[in-house]
Amino acid sequence: MAKMMYRDAVRNTIFQEMKRDDSVVVLGEDVVGGMGTDGGPEAIGGIWSTSTGLFAEFGADRVIDTPISESAIVGAAGGLALSGKRPIAELMFADFIGVSLDQIWNQIAKFRYMFGGKSRCPAIIRMVYGAGYNAAAQHSQSPHAILTGMPGLKVVMPTTPADVAGLLRQAIRTDDPVIFMEHKALYGVQGEVPDDPDFTIPFGHARLTRAGEDVTIVATGMMVGMAEQAADTLAEDGIGADVIDLRSTSPLDEEAILDSVEVTGRLVVVDEAPPRCSLATDIAALVAEKAFASLKAPVQMVTAPHTPIPFARELESAYLPNPDKVEAAVRKALSYN
Amino acid sequence: MQLSREDLLGAYRRMKTIRDFEELLHEEIATGEIAGFTHLYCGQEAVAVGVCEHLSDDDKIVSTHRGHGHCLAKGCDVTGMMKEIWGSREGLCKGKGGSMHIADTDKGMLGANGIVGAGAPIAVGAAMAAKLDGKDKDGKLKVAIAFSGDGACNQGTTFEAMNMAVVTNAPAIFVFENNHYSEHTGYKYAVGTSRDIASRAEAFGMKVWRADGTDFSAVHDTMREVLEHVRAGNGPAAVEFDTERFYGHFEGDPQRYRGKGEMDRIRSERDCIKNFRRTVTEAKLLEGSDLDRVDEEVAKTIADAVAAARAADRPTAEDVLTDVYIDY
Repeated sequence: MAKMMYRDAVRNTIFQEMKRDDSVVVLGEDVVGGMGTDGGPEAIGGIWSTSTGLFAEFGADRVIDTPISESAIVGAAGGLALSGKRPIAELMFADFIGVSLDQIWNQIAKFRYMFGGKSRCPAIIRMVYGAGYNAAAQHSQSPHAILTGMPGLKVVMPTTPADVAGLLRQAIRTDDPVIFMEHKALYGVQGEVPDDPDFTIPFGHARLTRAGEDVTIVATGMMVGMAEQAADTLAEDGIGADVIDLRSTSPLDEEAILDSVEVTGRLVVVDEAPPRCSLATDIAALVAEKAFASLKAPVQMVTAPHTPIPFARELESAYLPNPDKVEAAVRKALSYN
Repeated sequence: MQLSREDLLGAYRRMKTIRDFEELLHEEIATGEIAGFTHLYCGQEAVAVGVCEHLSDDDKIVSTHRGHGHCLAKGCDVTGMMKEIWGSREGLCKGKGGSMHIADTDKGMLGANGIVGAGAPIAVGAAMAAKLDGKDKDGKLKVAIAFSGDGACNQGTTFEAMNMAVVTNAPAIFVFENNHYSEHTGYKYAVGTSRDIASRAEAFGMKVWRADGTDFSAVHDTMREVLEHVRAGNGPAAVEFDTERFYGHFEGDPQRYRGKGEMDRIRSERDCIKNFRRTVTEAKLLEGSDLDRVDEEVAKTIADAVAAARAADRPTAEDVLTDVYIDY
């Protein structure tokens, strides 16, 4: 096991897979960085340092630095994938799905189905999402629910460096388009990563990070840490919580959620996105439909408010879920008897 | 360069197959037997065939929602296509795609497309892949072709794709078929004041060509030059063909925007198939009887394809859920 940061797990996994498989290529804005400048290539290897060193190793045909053209980036990933390559396209911010939505939604997500199952589209669209950097309304969003709602896409949201490695390797080796969502506030998180160069984590398998019998807390990405903090505080009062990190929202590990709720009878969903038509409402509806008889309390949702993301520190803090809000939601769920 | 008798007959056969395939659809759609939206390519056959005659299955094309001609020219199966348009589970895309989404990646046909302008970025990706693969067994650099109309040339995606192809030196060819109408709007209105699509590509630094898209030999000769340029590793190129659309934007379009006598003039002066027949027979390259024989064979092929489409298995409700993912 090697200890490394979340961002290094991204880069290392891509590096290893590019070494292993010639058909893996990387493309995106500034994935090389510095092209066409006096500083030269790799003056910056991506603003998130998730592609540093790839260009030097693999060259311009496999590490394709692109203009700021998100539709062309995603579309080219589609064309590469249909032509037998395994492209990993990067959207510097998940917010930019708005610029490239047709290529994501109408093109790569639908090729396999529209073309009668004969075409494979092993394209990965990596995108950096989430709030926490005071980056305001166009650089902080968490659009996982929109993408999860698109049949044909797999949507993956790793929380730990180990999960980054296992899930990204799985994504690269998958023949379907995968939306790989990296939380910008997790890039500096350290963790152990297995050394096994074939270490993969199959999609649709949630990770139980805390175990308890009083309440189920479901979360993704940065929200997992908040749920864990709340669970640790509640444990001091003898309240036990299952904390479930979904890891992928499509496919969704329904069984993990339902099995837990059948034991605890109480569900708190923590979602960084606004509440309407969201991952939170989707999971609440799932439990209402399939585990209603187990519920001892109404489902509690801890989400951002229904508003664009604000800039000022005080406002962003107020906007985001936090451990106190999760704890309050758990106590509210426990108040029903 | 003069084509052999065999090549000329082959080109004529493909153009006539597209024409008959679509004339048949034109009739059948009027009866209500075929579901959905259908956009006919009739009139533009010389472009699809003149371009694709130069390509192998290793070369990719990305098409438009007027895609039947490109599919047939690239070698997609006639009966499989007909079954697809009929919505059969035996269709080329199992009835999942229909007229607007026919694809066959084994033939290098990466899909017709229901979104105007969406194809060009995909073609650039295919061209990047071609560049990675290097030369094929015959020492040829593989290429990818983006077919776009005068409507698609106004989409930002087309501009992004052209620029990115130049930046990455990808062997992409942007083939613009200017049939003078984007849906129901004239290119004289919609394509800026220059009305010149090729010059847009030129502005991105590509070498460009222009030719009469109703003249098969002009298309074929021009494409030979374009492909020599691109296969030599000079990066992307673009070509604009001036062509004609015989039917409306979609089937059922009353075409009230057409000028008086416009269709009669186009049909008599700008029909690429009639012109091909006249040119090759006047030059004594082929006999009228040779072409008549092809006509008969094509008519039979199309009639057989329709009969097969009518008799083919229909999809069932269970088929709705297949092919969403490969593995879950």
